[in-house]
Amino acid sequence: MTQTLEKRSDPPSGPRSPGRDLLALARNTWRGLTSMRTALILLFLLALAALPGAFLPQRAPSPQAVRDFFTEHPTLAPLLDGVGLFDIFATPWFSAIYLLLFVSLVGCLVPRTWEQIRGLRAPTVAVPRNLSRLPHHASGADDRTPDEVVEAARTRLRGWQVDVREEPGGTRTVSAEKGALREVGNVVFHMSLLALLVGIAVGKLFGYEGNVIVMADGSEFCNSGILAYDTFRPGVRVDGTELAPFCLDVDRFTAQYRPDGAADSFAADVRYSDSDALADGTPPVPTTIAVNDPLRLDGERVYLLGHGYAPQFTVTFPGGEQRTLATQWEPVDQRTFLSQGATKFDRPGVTDEVERRRTQVAITGLFAPTSSGGSIVTSTYPALTNPEVAADVYQGDLGLDSGRGQSIFAIDQTMVDQGRLTRIARENLVPGQTIALPDGTQVRFDSVKEWVNLQVSHDPAQDAVLVAAVALLVGITLSLTIKRRRFWVRVRPLGDDPGPASPSTTDRRSLVEIGGLARTDQAGYGEEFERLRDDLLRPPNGGS
Amino acid sequence: MGVDAPLGDFGDVLYYSALAVYILAMVLHAVEHGLLRRAEPAAVEAPVPAAVGAGSDTIPTTGAGSGPPARAPRSSSERFGRMGVSLTVLGFALHAAMLIVRGVAAGRAPWGNMYEFTAAVCLVGVGAWLVVLYRRPELRRLGVFVLLPVILLMFLGGTVLYTQTAPVVPALRSYWLAIHVTAAVISSGILLFAGVASVLYLLRSAYDSSGRMAWTAKLPAAAVLDRVAYRATAVAFPIWTFAVITGAIWAEAAWGRYWGWDPKETTAFIAWVVYACYLHARSTAGWRGRRAATINVVGFAVMVFNLFFVNLVVTGLHSYAGVG
Ligand code: HEM
Repeated sequence: MTQTLEKRSDPPSGPRSPGRDLLALARNTWRGLTSMRTALILLFLLALAALPGAFLPQRAPSPQAVRDFFTEHPTLAPLLDGVGLFDIFATPWFSAIYLLLFVSLVGCLVPRTWEQIRGLRAPTVAVPRNLSRLPHHASGADDRTPDEVVEAARTRLRGWQVDVREEPGGTRTVSAEKGALREVGNVVFHMSLLALLVGIAVGKLFGYEGNVIVMADGSEFCNSGILAYDTFRPGVRVDGTELAPFCLDVDRFTAQYRPDGAADSFAADVRYSDSDALADGTPPVPTTIAVNDPLRLDGERVYLLGHGYAPQFTVTFPGGEQRTLATQWEPVDQRTFLSQGATKFDRPGVTDEVERRRTQVAITGLFAPTSSGGSIVTSTYPALTNPEVAADVYQGDLGLDSGRGQSIFAIDQTMVDQGRLTRIARENLVPGQTIALPDGTQVRFDSVKEWVNLQVSHDPAQDAVLVAAVALLVGITLSLTIKRRRFWVRVRPLGDDPGPASPSTTDRRSLVEIGGLARTDQAGYGEEFERLRDDLLRPPNGGS
Repeated sequence: MGVDAPLGDFGDVLYYSALAVYILAMVLHAVEHGLLRRAEPAAVEAPVPAAVGAGSDTIPTTGAGSGPPARAPRSSSERFGRMGVSLTVLGFALHAAMLIVRGVAAGRAPWGNMYEFTAAVCLVGVGAWLVVLYRRPELRRLGVFVLLPVILLMFLGGTVLYTQTAPVVPALRSYWLAIHVTAAVISSGILLFAGVASVLYLLRSAYDSSGRMAWTAKLPAAAVLDRVAYRATAVAFPIWTFAVITGAIWAEAAWGRYWGWDPKETTAFIAWVVYACYLHARSTAGWRGRRAATINVVGFAVMVFNLFFVNLVVTGLHSYAGVG
């Protein structure tokens, strides 16, 4: 990728020493890396590297989709996984491209910015000797004096950076430049890009995201540590010990649905106390969190990402002990909110381990917020209008202390397979109904609670990223809409000096030559030059 | 959130009327193109005033240039071309009316599903073409090639992607929707035109260098096509950048992070990088010309891929397509 042209600039002869060679190599590598062509190729590679991310599910945004892909393609998936195709944006090769681009960008920007700062103070470039060599040029004799022509040019070129100079023989010249802001825009754009990359990286290092399910019945969540969350995704430099403390009580969840079951809106009424309020004991502040409308605290944002139902059951054990539980069930159908789950009960007050394990109870099955009625429970609508549970009641050892982790949405199937947990009853229940088990245990379906899935996000660099993005936008807009161009005028007095083209009559007092050059390949300078020509040259004398 | 169904249906009538008018306009432009004499090399450098050199930076108005040199009576080709333009304007008006009617019927910005989105992108594409025509009437002969992809997209939109007027899901109901999607629509429409210009550039320059595909000799000069493509992309790129940024702002409010490599986000990023490549290539020695034009075409392919494949096949947070 290193260009041959750049290699030629090395000292061609002289004593060769390994040190020199190394230096030359380093310099060539640096030049190659910071050349425009390398930037181009790196950009290309970046696009190419991101491409599989458009086809294959990625773990970070959609872990479930990746698991599904593994079940659907059991042989292919591990191969793809081996080269990181499910975590593209975290792979070393993606980072390598990103870093090289970063270096290339720095290496490209520093000299350009420097050049620009010097360029800002520099006067305009002197008029070239031969204007007719320029891409745009014209000339004509004029009946005004050189001073008058120069004055006219000054007036016409208002808004340009203009320098008027003298040449021997009474010739006067005007150099004009416009569009320096284009280069400024370009540097601002690339600088902001750099800042943006840094900001994103800082967010990845010091940010975190956590999800937690909270009952919408006045239950409280406190940002006290990783254990407060159901899932927690820390940044590289986050260990979860220094989370900003705040607490949140979820009082109510409300949703509105359209007749076809699609959600129209949902919101959670909460009360929160930020760290200051917690410190000095001020009462919590009520507010509402809705879709597109998170709660923004000082450094954390709290989002309402989902919701669902938690049927509440009360189990009365033969001895009269009661336990009431509402565990969240997970929606299996987003349109009807048919949900499934497992609510698990441990018999309280039993000291004998064996006895305890024989009497544990679990209720699993399906929950319909608006039941279709009939013996097979299905849901027809997501709102809580006619709730019903198709309950399977299990009794025995739930395996809670087996050491294996359990899903909160299901019972441990191995316990069932080993015969240590057995299904005792299967019945459909509406709120208030009870199932009596053979040993005298009663299971009552009390009511239904709602839960919300909250996400807490923390990204210390987010505002900086936004500022960088806005600057980037301004920079690229300037860079792409402004044309950088130069315009020159040379006026020779006619009469006493028989110039090259001198039909020396008295009313031809000067010979005006103009020329123009666009510094960038922006189209459109042609038209502007023609307008300048028409305004500055006297119309009848269009020959050179 | 009332939805006015009969009004929405009237919008569909307008849609098909616009499509029919575009097809007619394309046929007229095709006749115009067919009747053109080949290349007309005489006009290449002719209309440039004597004292002004037409250097590398002026626009060589090749082909029929800025009008037939001798103010010849209107050729039949020109008559057909003018009729084509008139019909394109009529189609554009119907098309715009369709989106307005849809918006009123649904009570929201009329680009809440893929049918409407495609319709809006095509509208901007045609609009960009009309602006170009206004500035450079001599490019009129490109009418067939601009209308062809528009018609194809609108046909797909009206059949495969068709969705009845409906409000959008709450995650999409935000003023950022209006801003973000409007920017995406505008930039995609302009990039549609830029992509067409680059394809034609590639065809024309293949003819220039090899003499194959003689029909492309009737196209405007390669340099002209290259410039129009660049200018359109240069206008669209900041708008696309804006669309991506507002998308990130919206994602931050709705999903808790400004960027999460959702398939749609990934593809938008790829398109952005490809267009940045194009702009770089235009100012890198050895990459101007055909390589740059190829990159521009790839860029547009990514945009189309983003609209169709990602919405229809890949599921992600953005799959709001509303296609059954
Ligand atoms: C993430 C990487 C980059 C992106 C997205 C990017 C994007 C852009 C864009 C959109 C332009 C505007 C083109 C125009 O004004 O016509 C541009 C111009 C430019 N870029 Fe980059 N760039 C990147 C990296 C680099 C690097 C690493 C270099 C240095 C080698 C570089 C050097 C330039 C130069 C010299 C121009 C000016 C071209 C001109 O004025 O026409 N860029 N870049």
